[in-house]
Amino acid sequence: MSIIIDRRLNDRNKNAVNRQRFLRRYKAQIQRAVDQMVSKRSITDMERGGTVNIPIKDISEPSFRHGKGGDREIVHAGNHSFSPGDRIPRPPPERGTAGGQGEGDAQDDFVFSLSREEFMNLFFDDLELPRLVRNVLGDVREYKWRRAGYTPSGVPANLSILRSLRNATARRIALRGALQRELCEVEAALQRAPTPELLRRAERLRARIRHLPFLDEVDLRFRHRVREPQPVARAAMFCLMDVSASMTEEKKDLAKRFFALLYLFLSRKYERVDLIFIRHTDNAQEVDEQTFFYGTQSGGTVVLSALKLMDEIIASRYDASTWNLYGAQVSDGDAFGADPEKSRAFLEEKLLPRLRYFAYVEVPDEPGRTGSLAHTYGRIEDERFAMRSVSARNGIYPVLRELFAREAA
Amino acid sequence: MISATVDERKTAAGQATDVAQTAGAAGAVAAARPLSTGAEWTFDLIDAYDRAIREIAVGEFGLDCYPNQIEIIASEQMLDAYASLGLPIGYSHWSFGKEFIRNEHLYRKGHQGLAYEIVINSNPCIAYLMEENTMAMQALVIAHACYGHNSFFKGNYLFRQWTDAEAIIDYMVFAKKYVAQCEERYGLEAVEEVLDSCHALMSHGVDRYHHPAPLSVEEERRRQIERERHAWKQFDEIWRTLPAKSRGRERKGMRAEPSFPAEPQENLLYFIEKHSPCLEPWQAEIVRIVRKMAQYFYPQGQTKVMNEGWATFWHYTILNRLFDKGLVDSGFMLEVLAAHTNVIAQRGYDQRGYAGINPYALGYAMFTELRRICETPSEEDRHWFPDIAGCRNWRKVLDFAMRNYKDESFIAQYLSPRLMREFRLFAIADHEGEDSLFVDVIHNDQGYRRLRRLLAAQYNRDYQIPDVQIVRYERRGDRSLTLRHRRHRGRPLDEAAEQVLKHVHRLWGFTVRLVTVDENDKQVGMLEVK
Repeated sequence: MSIIIDRRLNDRNKNAVNRQRFLRRYKAQIQRAVDQMVSKRSITDMERGGTVNIPIKDISEPSFRHGKGGDREIVHAGNHSFSPGDRIPRPPPERGTAGGQGEGDAQDDFVFSLSREEFMNLFFDDLELPRLVRNVLGDVREYKWRRAGYTPSGVPANLSILRSLRNATARRIALRGALQRELCEVEAALQRAPTPELLRRAERLRARIRHLPFLDEVDLRFRHRVREPQPVARAAMFCLMDVSASMTEEKKDLAKRFFALLYLFLSRKYERVDLIFIRHTDNAQEVDEQTFFYGTQSGGTVVLSALKLMDEIIASRYDASTWNLYGAQVSDGDAFGADPEKSRAFLEEKLLPRLRYFAYVEVPDEPGRTGSLAHTYGRIEDERFAMRSVSARNGIYPVLRELFAREAA
Repeated sequence: MISATVDERKTAAGQATDVAQTAGAAGAVAAARPLSTGAEWTFDLIDAYDRAIREIAVGEFGLDCYPNQIEIIASEQMLDAYASLGLPIGYSHWSFGKEFIRNEHLYRKGHQGLAYEIVINSNPCIAYLMEENTMAMQALVIAHACYGHNSFFKGNYLFRQWTDAEAIIDYMVFAKKYVAQCEERYGLEAVEEVLDSCHALMSHGVDRYHHPAPLSVEEERRRQIERERHAWKQFDEIWRTLPAKSRGRERKGMRAEPSFPAEPQENLLYFIEKHSPCLEPWQAEIVRIVRKMAQYFYPQGQTKVMNEGWATFWHYTILNRLFDKGLVDSGFMLEVLAAHTNVIAQRGYDQRGYAGINPYALGYAMFTELRRICETPSEEDRHWFPDIAGCRNWRKVLDFAMRNYKDESFIAQYLSPRLMREFRLFAIADHEGEDSLFVDVIHNDQGYRRLRRLLAAQYNRDYQIPDVQIVRYERRGDRSLTLRHRRHRGRPLDEAAEQVLKHVHRLWGFTVRLVTVDENDKQVGMLEVK
């Protein structure tokens, strides 16, 4: 007798663990592939799964096998024209053996798809905002609803029927008591000596009892909830980008890519991160996301203007005691006159003490060259400050990783 | 018992027909009503079909099967089953993940369909049926897997000798648990390293000549503890304090044992498990697990053509019988035949999608041919197969062939000239000394015997897997291990050999050498990993 079992409801992802092992083992290769993929994508298109190619050689499992060469005979099917002794030129090396058309297509790459989730995980694996503090704040923005008994007013959705009817019953009993007592007396008197006067009174009392409302407005009770403030980690990231004329389209593209990745990382990892976009030429302005990434503006260079604007915004909107503040600046490093030195001093003395972290990324004209800004920034000695240089698209992602690598706990 | 219930069902169906046909109920008894119409399947229907098929397979044709366990699964689960080599349970390893990802990708992109079924050589015999199949396909798969493959697993000598259907699932449960425990105790990487190395040697971890004792979970665990305990007992600090032996005595010792092992050992994993100087007990146990798995799969590799041919022959025969009995309608049969024809299609070498000889096609054709030779032999058959031609009792002949052959010997014994003509078989010779390939032999009178021998040789294990054996272990000296690869008709190892040797070295811990010799034992090359 056969047993028939429905296994469709069983776990479908038996191989999830093996898949994860595979991804873990070839993390380096996959990350490289992800890296390449990102450098090819447009800014809007970063957040998507993707197809990964890994050279099959890297992941092959070796075993003792016959190699090419030596003597052998292979039997095939479907002969229609060969006779014994017919000669066939040897096919070119890469292809399979004679006639074996199916064997010829050697696969070079191991191709597979990463889900969006896996892609993003790999992408932002081990990244986090440094020194994020969960601080209780005066101006709390996160609340939790909590029950707080009952109130006599509210929206119908919150009506507590049980409570309301219980109140109604109590009210009806209370109000009826006196009338009932009077009625009893009147009825007793009626028994003794019925008069029309007494009859009318009894009738009136009965009517009053009858007219007591079943449910009155005063009976209604509503479930009450109050919002309780919750401690929360709030962070604000200032994105500072140099859009002066010396920033060529290419450099701006690099800068925007860097911020796009940063933005993606922050908006994905942290729900409550305020992003402030500041772009500057010789004067700085706060702009929205759209303008920041897609706007075209050009001009001279005064780095200090951006830092000052940042300082103003902090002063007006982001109190350093209640916010985790971060800054990221991208520039080609060109700065003139006293500007770099002033900027350094401003950053080091005024801004940094209030910030958790400040990252400076330079996109130099040619790899290896340091701009004047980087030169002066180099003197800042503070663990909250980090500086990197990027000169090609595929360098952006590694730099982001370096800057926001999770600290070894 | 079973046939009685089926009979009851049939009469009940017959009666229903009688009632339905109010007038002229003449043909009602002869033509039973089909079990179902349309493509939808239900569990009750699967049960009904299974009973009907069992009655034919076991009752009429006398197939000897393990009990069946039919499991309905979804396509994702089928992909899962693919990755774990068809076993329902297995230890975790990245290579299974790789296989899974590869199949999943091919499937999602539509490059590859999924098998209709997977069947596991266990007792009870577990068959996975895909939920996407239609009723006709489910019936085909039940006939194919649950009665075809099943009876092959139970009957064929290689399976009887080398696998233990009773214990495999239990053993895999043990293996999974044990590997997981090791991962906990020694870390993922350490376990993965050992598994990687073992997998590289899996094809050389097979015994071909002596029978392993049956294993069960309890027994296996007891023995594993015993082995570990024994190793503990053997360890004695005091031996370390002995003064070093004098050179003379050492020499004497070497002379007393000139060479170890006395005979070359072809089961590399077994030798490593028993003799490796560096393996911890748990590592040796993992080597053992992989070796057991390799052994379990050994018969399947040797009987691909026969096994598939047998199952295909039986699904075809059984379902046709089902049709003859009027239990299925012609729509059902058309669908079955369409699927069947796809399965047994053999393309020519110059046609698209040609991938060598299709084992389903060859196996099916050979079993069908055997039946034909028994029933309606031609002159040629009488000349080639005098002992079976016209013997009428085809079931006995097929049963004998199924039980006592593997692919190589089955083809060498039973491939008929008629089939060689039908498949238009020919052999291409690829000799290193020649500038071009040439046609060695084709399907003609002069060629039949050689063609048959060549095709059989193609299913010989030596043709597929190089001959690598352990010839020397310097137990008294530097503990180096020497492997010998004997070239089969001058065919060298491919370049992965060096990688494999590194894996051997990891398991062995001391110098490992791979010596390549030609067919006359003359050394032609050497690789060494220190």
